[in-house]
Parts: sequence; structure tokens; C-alpha cells
Amino acid sequence: MKSLKLIGLAFGASLALSTAAFAQDITIAVAGPMTGGESAFGRQLKNGADMAIADLNTAGGLLGKKLALDVEDDACDPKQARSVAEKIASAKIPFVAGHYCSSSSIPASEAYADGNVLQITPASTNPLFTERKLWNVARVCGRDDQQGLVAAQYIAKNYKGKNVAILNDKTTYGKGLADETKKALNKAGVTEKLFESYNKGDKDFNAIVSRLKLEKIDLVYVGGYHQESGLILRQMRDQGLQTVLMAGDALADKEFASITGPAAEGTLFTFGPDPRNKPTAKAIVEQFKAKGIDPEGYTLYTYAAMQVWSQAVKKAGTIDPKKVMDTIKGGAWDTVIGKLEFDAKGDIKQLDYVVYKWDSKGGYTEINPKGS
Amino acid sequence: MDYFAQQLINGLVLGSIYGLIAIGYTMVYGIVGMINFAHGDIFMIGGFIALISFLVLVSLGLTAVPLILLIVLLVSMAITALYGWTVERIAYRPLRHSFRLAPMLSAIGMSFVLSNYSQVAQGARVKPVPPIITGGYTLLDNEGFVVRLSNVQIVVVITTIVLLAIFTWLVARTRLGRDMRACEQDQTMAALLGVDVDRTISMTFVIGAALAAVAGMMYLLYYGLVDFFMGFVAGIKAFTAAVLGGIGSLPGAMLGGLAIGLIETMWSAYFSVEYKDVAAFSILIVVLIFMPTGLLGRPEVEKV
Repeated sequence: MKSLKLIGLAFGASLALSTAAFAQDITIAVAGPMTGGESAFGRQLKNGADMAIADLNTAGGLLGKKLALDVEDDACDPKQARSVAEKIASAKIPFVAGHYCSSSSIPASEAYADGNVLQITPASTNPLFTERKLWNVARVCGRDDQQGLVAAQYIAKNYKGKNVAILNDKTTYGKGLADETKKALNKAGVTEKLFESYNKGDKDFNAIVSRLKLEKIDLVYVGGYHQESGLILRQMRDQGLQTVLMAGDALADKEFASITGPAAEGTLFTFGPDPRNKPTAKAIVEQFKAKGIDPEGYTLYTYAAMQVWSQAVKKAGTIDPKKVMDTIKGGAWDTVIGKLEFDAKGDIKQLDYVVYKWDSKGGYTEINPKGS
Repeated sequence: MDYFAQQLINGLVLGSIYGLIAIGYTMVYGIVGMINFAHGDIFMIGGFIALISFLVLVSLGLTAVPLILLIVLLVSMAITALYGWTVERIAYRPLRHSFRLAPMLSAIGMSFVLSNYSQVAQGARVKPVPPIITGGYTLLDNEGFVVRLSNVQIVVVITTIVLLAIFTWLVARTRLGRDMRACEQDQTMAALLGVDVDRTISMTFVIGAALAAVAGMMYLLYYGLVDFFMGFVAGIKAFTAAVLGGIGSLPGAMLGGLAIGLIETMWSAYFSVEYKDVAAFSILIVVLIFMPTGLLGRPEVEKV
């Protein structure tokens, strides 16, 4: 009796295996912080990837096969990112769109390189990601040295002779961005009055805020993520401090305003020109809106990363990551965020950051649109 | 001086929140002799219940802020107390006569259960609320440096003082408090003299959880957000506060909380923000070297 059951079990298992083999989907992955403080951005990545997969499958799949999506959670934790990467590599997944946090993307990319996985990050802006000359990495967003430069230019122009402070959260992204901004700022002739760091995950910033108050800071630049930036802003206003807060692309989610409330008004951040306003994105934005999703922040960047990969696969006629990467770097790709070309390191050649300002109604707009 | 005053306010408020959580650790340790590692997560649950009841009240159309706060306070204390009771009932009581480490291990397990439970039930995202108590007072205005005391800070400190007074009275003057002190000294003897030990221990967990709920609510009011993993860091800090103050001592927990809050703030104020945790834990180590039982702890006498 017992052996009969075992045979049945083995039969069932082999059946399950064979159906998986027959379906022959191409599984690709999206990885990012699906839980934790940065999960608002993980959701952006997932929304973009979901939509891209759905659209690709509607259009008939890729190389005659359907696509399936594997969603992995790194919780913005480098250790977890590394194990997620090893899991993806061992599943022989050829392509991953991710991660969000630079401190996750960088250690993960090494596991991907060893495991023959092509990685395009929609959101990690730390220069180191592409500077290590790994064969398998590319990004569809800008870099912090460019972002810091734009921020520094804005500060130097509008806050010359005023008191500027720079804070960072000691993460790869936050510290990197703060350092780049400081460098560019000092070059432009502005010296910051205070350069301090805090711990990512801290909730109480009252001591720092009082210090900003003592130094009579007019603008504080935060190299860090939106949750801490929001808390710093809220505690500044609670202490009666009207200092302007400026940060990087990590503020490009409405959750920032839900943390700060109306205090968000006047807060500045740098981000690429709003992809939602690009003519190439018009149709896809409608598609997201129909589903009740606002494709803000890195949603469309993730969609674009998927487009770059799928177009390159079509052109190369294979999903072999090395060949696809060569194709990506050798071509130009039409995406929802515009035409993209890549240099040998995997950075995009089309780059521009602009400064955004939050309003009192929980929205944000560019304050110096390109060309003006 | 005015800068110092502002930092003093910051430190006292932070310390009050640590202290409220620390009381829960210290009470349980004093009576059962175990460290309730799930207490930080009970605090997190309290924050979530405060958030949910706040949103429910607002959606019902209630606008009177003091009334909302009172109802939220009572509801979150009651429901969180129920959580505290349940945790004790299912995770600790069955292990009461097991070896010493068993309840501690199940406490760590309980901590995971609670944080994962609220992650599944409430989602992994940070839950913000708009500022509920706004405004404040300007205490000093010295050449542009304004010392400000916000209303929410006043609420946090006053609530802490009032609750501490109530619970100190409860332990010192009531029948329940006498039972608790009896159990602390000798559970077997207390049982022989007619004290319901199980019930007393349950009540200890209920009271500890209710205080953690208050801390959770104050946290929500003060910082404006809760998330499922906030219990861990806050729990570690509060546990440190309880040890610093002398674990087992009620005023010690409060004193330890205030000390940790002030050390962190003052270190950030005059040295580097980066090393505030290092400073707090270094002072803990120094204190424990010279006063092994903490600031107000009594040396444990081995009972024969």
C-alpha cells in the first residue's frame, strides 16, 4: 500500500515536471524592495514589469514563447539582494530588471555576472554600478555624479551666500549622492556648513534638526531615501524651522507627501524629466491609468528596461545573456521613455536631470523644464 | 544655553517613549524572571491598533481631537492588552516549569510571529498619518534661535508621567500590586498563601502590553508613521534602557529610558550623529561594569 502511494507520488511529480518543460515559458525576473521602508519603489518596479510582460505576451511573446515574471524581494538589504541574485542565477533566468537600492544592485550584479544573468537596473544611480566593468550590467536611469551636478548647480545659483547643510544615510546610494553633490558644490564655490550622516531606519531626527537650527541652515541636502527625508522635514517644521529640503530621485513617490502632509510644499528633488509627460509614453500612461495605477517614479523606467531587453532578444534571435548584452550595447532602442543608446559600460548616452518641486497638494512638477 | 534647552526637550521626549516600552520589559523580568523579547512587537501592534482606530474614528466623522485621542488611547490599550495576555497564555505559560531558556526562545519566536503577522495583515509598507496634534509654543527666542516645544511633545511627556504615576500606585498600593510583589519574591510561597500566581502573571503581561500600546500611540503621534518592523529597533533600545536602569525596577526603567534618550540626543547635538548608538551602548557597558545591577537595580540574592 505504502509503495503504491510512493509510486503515485513519483508519477505526480514527474507529471508536474514534464508539464513545466512542455510549456517552455521564458521566465524573467524583477527584483527590488517589495517589503520594508522602500517598498513604495519596489511596487513601482513591479507595476512596470507586470505591464511590460502583459504587453509582450499580448503581442505574441518572444521568439515564439510566452513570458513569465518572477518577482523577488530584496527588502533593500544587500545580504538579501545577494541571495535573491543567487536564487535567480540558479534558476537559469536570463534577465533581471532590478534592483532599486544601489546597495542591493551592486552586490547582486556580481552574482548575476557569475551566474550568466543580464541585469538592467531601472533605478540604481550609484556610479559604481557600471564602473566595475562587469559584462552583464546596464541601466536605463542616470548616475549620481550627473544628478549631484544638477543639484549643485541649482543650489549654487539659488542659495549662493546662504547656509547649506548636507546629510546622508551612509548607504551606497545616499552617501554616494551626498559626496557627488558636495564635490560639485565645492567646485561651484559653495562650502557646506555642516556635513553629517544618520542611520537609515532612524525615526528621531530632532537632534539633527536642532543643529540645523543652530547653524541657521537655509537649505539642507539629504542623500537618502524618502522615509527619512520625510521625517526630517516633518520634524523641522515641528521645531519651527522653515529650511528647504532638497534630495535626489528617491523622493519621486507620492508616499513622501503622505509622510509629511502639507509640509512637503517647497521641497526639491532631482529626477529625470518626467517620463509620464514624454510623447513616447502617452499610450502606456493611459493603459496604467485605466488600471488605476499612477506610473510615477521608476515605473516607466522598469517598463523601458523590459523593452530594451525584449527588442535586443528579438534582434539577436536568442536569449543568451552575453549575446543579448552585445546587441544592447550595439544598438539604439525605442522605449516609452524615449530612444536609448548605451555606452560600453552600460550607461545610457541620453541623460538629463531636472529639479522638481513638491506642492501643497501632494504632487510635484518640474521647476525649470528643459530648454527654458 | 537655548540650544541646550532645545536638545533637552528632544531628549526627554525620546526618552519618555523608550521608558514607556522599557517598563514592560522590566515588569515581566521582575516577576517571571524572563526577558520578553516579543515586547517590542507588542509595542508595534499597539501602534497599528492606534492607527486603525484613529482612521475608523475619522471616517465616522468625529472631529474633536481630544475625544478622538482618548478613545484611541483606550481602544489600543484594551486590544493590545488582549494581545499581551494571549501571547503569555499560548507561548509562555505552557513553558513555565520548563528549563530557563525555553520561554526566552519562544519569546523570540513570538516576536517573529507578531511582526510577520502584521506584515501579512497590514502590508509591508510604511503607514503614515497626517499630523494630528499640531502647533506648539515658542519658549525662547534668542537672536533667531527659537526654542520650540510642540504640543505633541507636551502630550507625550504628560501622558508618560500620568501613566507612570498610575502604575506605580497600582504596584505599591493595590491588592494586585501586592500579589505581583509577592510573586516577584517567591512564587511557590505566594501560591501557598492564596495568591493566584497564574492570574497575577497574566495581569503583568496585560499591564505591560497596555503601556506598550500607549508608547505605540505616542510614537504614531510623534513620528507620524508605523511599520511592521519598527518593534525590533525600539525594543532593543527599550531593553537597553531597562538594563541600564536596573532590570526589575519600575522607576529604573523610566530613568534608563530617559538616560538613553538624553545620551543619544546630546551626543548627536555636540558630537557626531553617526555614533550616537555607539555612545549609548558604550555608556551602558561602563555603567554595567561599575554597577552590575544597573542604576536602580537591587543585587539578586540567591534563594536557598
